[in-house]
Amino acid sequence: MKVPTMAEMMAEGKSPEVLFWVGCAGSYDDRAKKITKAFVKILNNANVEFAVLGTEESCSGDPAKRAGNEFLFQMQAMTNIEILNAYEIKKIVTACPHCYNTLKNEYPELGGNYQVMHHTEYLKSLLDDGRLTIESGQFKGKRITFHDPCYLGRANGIYEAPRDLIKKMDVELVEMKRCKSDGLCCGAGGAQMFKDSEKGDKEIFVERTEDALEVEPAIIATGCPFCNTMMTDGIKNKEKEKEIQVLDIAEIIASAEE
Amino acid sequence: MHYISNILFAILLVIGIGFFTKNVKKLIRNIKLGKDIDRSDNSSQRWKNMTNVALGQSKMVRRPVAGILHIIVYLGFIIINIEVIEIIIDGLFGTHRVFAFAGGLYNFLIGSFEILAFLVFISVIIFWIRRMIIRIPRFWNKEMTSWPKNDALNILYFEMVLMSLFLIMNAADQNLQLLGADHYIKAGAFPISKHIAGWLPQNIDTLIIIERAAWWIHIIGIFIFLNYLYYSKHLHVLLAFPNTYYANLNPIGKLNNLESVTNEVKMMLDPNADPYAVPEETETDEVPEKFGASDVVDLNWVQLMNAYTCTECGRCTSVCPANQTGKELSPRAIMMKTRDRIEEVGKNIDLNGTFKEDEKSLFTTISNEEIWACTSCNACVEECPVEIDPLSIIVDLRRYLVMEQSSAPQELNMMFTNIENNGAPWQYNQMDRLNWKDE
Repeated sequence: MKVPTMAEMMAEGKSPEVLFWVGCAGSYDDRAKKITKAFVKILNNANVEFAVLGTEESCSGDPAKRAGNEFLFQMQAMTNIEILNAYEIKKIVTACPHCYNTLKNEYPELGGNYQVMHHTEYLKSLLDDGRLTIESGQFKGKRITFHDPCYLGRANGIYEAPRDLIKKMDVELVEMKRCKSDGLCCGAGGAQMFKDSEKGDKEIFVERTEDALEVEPAIIATGCPFCNTMMTDGIKNKEKEKEIQVLDIAEIIASAEE
Repeated sequence: MHYISNILFAILLVIGIGFFTKNVKKLIRNIKLGKDIDRSDNSSQRWKNMTNVALGQSKMVRRPVAGILHIIVYLGFIIINIEVIEIIIDGLFGTHRVFAFAGGLYNFLIGSFEILAFLVFISVIIFWIRRMIIRIPRFWNKEMTSWPKNDALNILYFEMVLMSLFLIMNAADQNLQLLGADHYIKAGAFPISKHIAGWLPQNIDTLIIIERAAWWIHIIGIFIFLNYLYYSKHLHVLLAFPNTYYANLNPIGKLNNLESVTNEVKMMLDPNADPYAVPEETETDEVPEKFGASDVVDLNWVQLMNAYTCTECGRCTSVCPANQTGKELSPRAIMMKTRDRIEEVGKNIDLNGTFKEDEKSLFTTISNEEIWACTSCNACVEECPVEIDPLSIIVDLRRYLVMEQSSAPQELNMMFTNIENNGAPWQYNQMDRLNWKDE
């Protein structure tokens, strides 16, 4: 798999058109790594000259900030900004809405000004530029519902890019009763991913999975590694893992190409 | 003799407006207890936002039934108030229907007010049914007991009574006009009250008593209502406007960066900084800034205005994922507890001249369990019809707990340690970050 790092690019005197910010989940989490690889595959097929930071990348600071540790967040942010600025990065794409939100909205005041895109936005732009073709492949005619990640949807108003990509696949896009700006959180945001939930009568991911089950999808599409984890847990909790797949949009597009 | 009523009216008017002014001053003082935040930018965007959201009620109709009923009551409230101007002039100068000279236009206006008053009355009845018979869950969360519950009902009853009095007054007036009573000039159109007029007696003296009584109770009721606002969730009728004007215009996912932290972090990362340097002497003995918020004075004034603006409609709580799954957190309760605490601090200042330490804070009523249940999903912020931001308060409270108290849940402390040590919230080696490419 061709994954050049910024350091390698620099050594060759090249600069990439876009930096792929992989994020911690995309780098370490077994499930999310598949999303990362699917996205890289699409980038390579579309002949996008990209690079990653590799071991120079570090947590964006989002979970620290949302958990109230502003010190740690700003330490992370400023260290990352120093590296990004040293490489003169202009454009960043990431498959994690949390990194996306933080890099896009919270880094500029600290000196990091980049054009930041979520991978669904980026794929949509490749599609619009004719660099990417989307085939329906094995998913043709299947029912797909899209779970809006809070940090993509409500936080940044991006609802259509992921849907536009899904619609290109010749599938049946079905909306949950709570979708877009009314979408229900998967339960992972605000650093909840890293702790047990407070006591209550239900897990949020179960509540959200029930929303999805109501529309009887074959696939629950997501655009966030954390939502992916939560929805996968929800499907397991409901013992539906044989009938329903939870997939990132990048994975759907990449496997349709096969 | 007949000046007595004019004088009495003038006295009531002065008392009514005087008390209201006093409360508005107190309100402004209390809001200013908050820290400064600059929201003077982008005034054209802000006007537009206020016009859409407050004046145009654009976010109310996210829930169409409540939204449309609310628009009726809102229009009624604004338009019928034109009639109050006439009532005040009549009251002060002993005139009767002083605007009647407008002829056809006057008739049209009075007729419209009547129709609106009737629609308001019906809407308020439906509101009451939704609250008390259908018992829509968001009106029955646990924070909605005692005063908050009574407050909501008081407002509905107030509106029912005021609208009824307005229509009864017109009905009696209309009969008096038909009977040719002195002073009751023929003016106005009465599309609604004409149906009530038949039920009233046809005796001039009794009718005058009814008309005068309705007129007086109606206007006194309005003065009381005006002064009730400060103590009530109904304050939103005024504050919705500044609250939407000064609302956050950034993408709602963006949290503010604490400047005080930025300065320290820059120092820490600056290779030229001397870690042993003696801090520069400043002229004032400034207390180092507190990180995050433990009390209302640590929040900014927009957050405090948010608390006073909250109408306790509970839309935020009804969409909160934590609340829906039985957790302690209710964004509405966060706003209500914040307002209660501002009031407490305000009364403390009234009593002692300046704030006297009372060993209380926001944490007296807001539990850590509530604060840590939030997923920061912004559903509450998105939902609020007047653009209140409960999440910003939750985050400021978390900041205090973490940076001043080091009292985050243990799992989060581990997450922090992981980020510090290996740049990821989990315990993986930073050097393994690119391993996925060869797996």
